[in-house]
Amino acid sequence: MKFNESLSGEKKEEVEQRTALSGVPPLEVHDLTVSYHRRPVLWDIDFATPEGKLIAIVGPNGAGKSTLIKGIMGLVPLASGYVKIYGEDLERARSRVGYVPQRNSVDWDFPTSVLDVVMMGRYGRIGLFRRPRDSDRDVAMEALRQVGIVDLAKRQISQLSGGQQQRVFIARALAQDADLYLMDEPFVGVDAATEGAIIELLREMRRRGKTVIVVHHDLGTVREYFDWVLLLNLRLVAFGPLDEVFTDTLLQQTYGGRLNLLTKVAELMKEQERGRDLQ
Amino acid sequence: MDAFWIILTGTLAGASCALIGSFLVLRKMSMLGDAISHAVLPGIVIAFLLTGSRSSIPMLLGAAGFGLLTAFLVETLHRKGRLQQDASIGVTFTWLFAIGVILISRYAGMVDLDQDCVLYGEIAYITFDMVSIAGVQVPSAVLTLAGIFLLNIIFVLVGYKELKITAFDPSLAVSLGISATFWHYALMGMVSLTTVGAFWSVGAILVVAMLIAPSVTAWLLTDRLHQMLIYGVLLSLVSAVGGYYLASFLDGSIAGAMAVVSGILFAFALFFSPTHGILSRRIRMRRMMGRAERGEEDLSSVQNI
Repeated sequence: MKFNESLSGEKKEEVEQRTALSGVPPLEVHDLTVSYHRRPVLWDIDFATPEGKLIAIVGPNGAGKSTLIKGIMGLVPLASGYVKIYGEDLERARSRVGYVPQRNSVDWDFPTSVLDVVMMGRYGRIGLFRRPRDSDRDVAMEALRQVGIVDLAKRQISQLSGGQQQRVFIARALAQDADLYLMDEPFVGVDAATEGAIIELLREMRRRGKTVIVVHHDLGTVREYFDWVLLLNLRLVAFGPLDEVFTDTLLQQTYGGRLNLLTKVAELMKEQERGRDLQ
Repeated sequence: MDAFWIILTGTLAGASCALIGSFLVLRKMSMLGDAISHAVLPGIVIAFLLTGSRSSIPMLLGAAGFGLLTAFLVETLHRKGRLQQDASIGVTFTWLFAIGVILISRYAGMVDLDQDCVLYGEIAYITFDMVSIAGVQVPSAVLTLAGIFLLNIIFVLVGYKELKITAFDPSLAVSLGISATFWHYALMGMVSLTTVGAFWSVGAILVVAMLIAPSVTAWLLTDRLHQMLIYGVLLSLVSAVGGYYLASFLDGSIAGAMAVVSGILFAFALFFSPTHGILSRRIRMRRMMGRAERGEEDLSSVQNI
């Protein structure tokens, strides 16, 4: 009995060392409400994420998925509620959290190179008024190597394909060297090869104990890519491990009205067709 | 000697405007620069009336105050008043500029300032107001503009990284703890100072040409931000020299000619720029299509050309 206990204790320690888990939730969101022009777009969101997981935020268009991430990052004002990153306020934990905005949120005609954009991930660490150092450049090049576009380092960013643009954004987040990552729709408009490369990278990050939260639109790949799921539609519908949360009943609740409406339209069209056939 | 001073004035004004205007263009805020360049007028007049002199420090402060007020009002009307960005710009700057016009016309007899000078500048007359620096007679406008140019260079060098990231990806900047709001207002403050300097030489209307035209021309000629800034400054020099001689050839407005030359330079770059010009893009596209037809090229990146 005693022997077993100590053994399992040892094993646990080993696991903790391997993945550098700290035991504190990477992200806690408490009673978070966001409103635009007094209309709530996120209502009383409350959850805490486990460590070292790939987590999908799933919900219909306009459910507030991007807004949730922006609220967590302090990019939109919160009507109420607060956020903790590894148990600390965002201001103190900034270096531990990396944000990947939507690819189309920037102007890709901006006069700059791929390496320059990736270097921007280092700006928070470089500090005000200082210039990037060689070591920052090395980190940026290593990030480019990890996403497989090191040969594009000097390329002007307007010459990139959609998939390459997304890889640049991911590399920039890697260069930040954070522990928690929030990514807004990284799989939108990218080619299959890039999608595969990104998901491989996310798995590698998970192996190193990183926590990655991804706004995801493709219900078809959730089961394959993610460990945990957050179902969102203005309110938090459910949050938990894939098998418990990604169920037909809960999905129906999340997409509720819309799925029902579509079914009704389909039925009506069938009836019309039947009517035409009878005539 | 007059020619030298006039060209130097035009160059310093244009170069200062190009440095700061490049960031306006990259942030898609060209029209806010237009607005500020007009809305600083009441600030200048009030400083003028209070001090009774044309010394530059109070005027720069007055202008900076009204420039920041403009940026703030535009932002507030847009956010809180739910007015569209262009509408809030249109309302704000015309209102402030009109106040300036009333102030000038009301006190025109008392001060050495008139509407013509404000609207069209007085670059031809800058040598009427000379100061002595180490025994050399220098137009005071040149001194002011040299100070402003220096200030702009320092601002861009010190804040290069921050200006770049807040222009390219403000939400990433904020997520890294770099305040997009601070750099927005810092930039608007510099735009205000810079436009006042250029105000005296080319006037409120043509200052917009100096802010925007060399910057967009430079953007057409390069893929790197630091090169864009340097090209902008060089293009301002060419516009000032070309403009001066065009004006003396036509016997017309010097400021107007400088703006016309920078417009012509822009048109050249638009068609003939090796990287972004319409012609070279068309040629490249045709070559690529040719290669694709022969099955040598992957067309997946054509959309970006």
